[in-house]
Amino acid sequence: MISKRIVLKFPHRLADQPIVCNLVKYFDLEFNILKAYIIPKEEGLLILGLSGEEGNYNKGINYLKELGVIVQSLSQGIIQNSTRCTHCGVCITVCPTQALILDSHTRKVHFYENKCIACELCLPACPLRAMEVHY
Amino acid sequence: MTKTITEINEKISKGDVVVVTAEEIINIVEEKGVEEAAQEIDVVTTGTFGPMCSSGTYINIGHAKPRIKLGGGACYLNDVPAYCGFAAVDIYLGCTQLPDNDPRNRVYPGKFEYGGGHVIEEFVAGKDIKLTATAYGTDCYPRKKLETWINIKDVNEAVLFNPRNVYQNYNVAVNLSNKLIYTYMGALKPGLGNANYCSAGQLSPLLNDPLYITIGLGTKIFLGGGVGYVAWQGTQHNPTAKRKDNDTPCVLAGTLAVIGDLKQMKPEWLRGTSFQGYGTTLTVGVGIPIPILNEEILRYTAIKDKDIYAPIVDYSEAYPQVKPGVLGEVSYEELKSGKIVVQDKEVPTASLSSYSKAVEIAEILKDWIKQGQFLLTEPVASLPGPESGLTFKLLKERPIE
Repeated sequence: MISKRIVLKFPHRLADQPIVCNLVKYFDLEFNILKAYIIPKEEGLLILGLSGEEGNYNKGINYLKELGVIVQSLSQGIIQNSTRCTHCGVCITVCPTQALILDSHTRKVHFYENKCIACELCLPACPLRAMEVHY
Repeated sequence: MTKTITEINEKISKGDVVVVTAEEIINIVEEKGVEEAAQEIDVVTTGTFGPMCSSGTYINIGHAKPRIKLGGGACYLNDVPAYCGFAAVDIYLGCTQLPDNDPRNRVYPGKFEYGGGHVIEEFVAGKDIKLTATAYGTDCYPRKKLETWINIKDVNEAVLFNPRNVYQNYNVAVNLSNKLIYTYMGALKPGLGNANYCSAGQLSPLLNDPLYITIGLGTKIFLGGGVGYVAWQGTQHNPTAKRKDNDTPCVLAGTLAVIGDLKQMKPEWLRGTSFQGYGTTLTVGVGIPIPILNEEILRYTAIKDKDIYAPIVDYSEAYPQVKPGVLGEVSYEELKSGKIVVQDKEVPTASLSSYSKAVEIAEILKDWIKQGQFLLTEPVASLPGPESGLTFKLLKERPIE
């Protein structure tokens, strides 16, 4: 079994195709949509958790890539900018999934990308603007 | 056992001074006791790194050819208005100042992505800053318009001068209302959803010298990554505030006005900061050395988070409407544990002030002193203490007929 959080960018020409549905139908994958919206130039952006048997997962990802969907790991999408972050920790009570944790020993903020659901609540809450979106 | 600052400075010059941070001193005193520790330790370093809104810089930009008198005119740095009601080319930029075209909270909550604090950070970092100014023109200063890039290395003076920094203690902010509020203490969730505090606690300068015995006017300090000085008591300095038996105040109390040459400071320790729905500010790094002149001073520096208390204040009603009453008192040990109990509810806590950066500041200052680069100063005058009777007043409004 493999389970990942990924960011998909759909070109305009794929906007009317049931692509995520096909991931279930042909590759037996499960999905959980975290976020979806249309960005300028009518490109679609979809952030989802995708899981399934490893072979099927890889085939599913290849299917997406062959169609022209840009696939990116969510961990590359939301970033803790280590030069901006002062480790104050004001973000930790804002994060709904405990992806941002203040280490009680070092008093430094750690970002656990695997827990992040890309809600982006930490972005405006960070006074130093150290949390960044790259997708 | 007593020492003098002159004796400590001789040890610094010889390289055999013993310096520890206000965090390290805690265990040393527990192991060795106050008497032995006071003999051994010469200096305890403190640190704090938090948003401090009464911060800004004055700059003398140098005279243009032909001359222009900005005084009485208008001046902008990267589109952020700077105060120019001084002589011809002296200007002051405060960290909460916003560009005229910033929408503020018209689109609520405002983002406040860029303001005076950000200009200061970029200026210290050596980036070129766009200066635009208009003036009315005089016989001796004929020019009416100026547009140029300025750089910190080219201006005559750039001085960080903060009228109020280094609060001795601060409120723990909560929200009793049923809607999310945006404050200078961060976003506060409804129904006691979170509690935000802002102090380095046991590392914080004025909590380690609670009666201002060693810290006074002229005290040399770490300021923004460089060297600065205590210029005066800070605005709203309130030394008569309620204190515990260990002399630490359990509410907002002392403050410091600090000054230093901006040219030798570092952007790492002066950070432009944005509070959603509130505004911009500057996160300032300050570290103050405390000379261990006697056992009493050492005992103060060994203060622990569990013995320092802060008041819990509702920022939805009590704070904005200036209503008396706090929701309780809580120690910094409890605050740092990640949760406190308010009105029988467990509330998660978060800090606006960076403890790990405060430790870093105390360590840097320790190194400077150990390496003989930083000598201690005798205060020129004392800060008003509890005996001064000085209190913090509200504005008495009087109707204008």
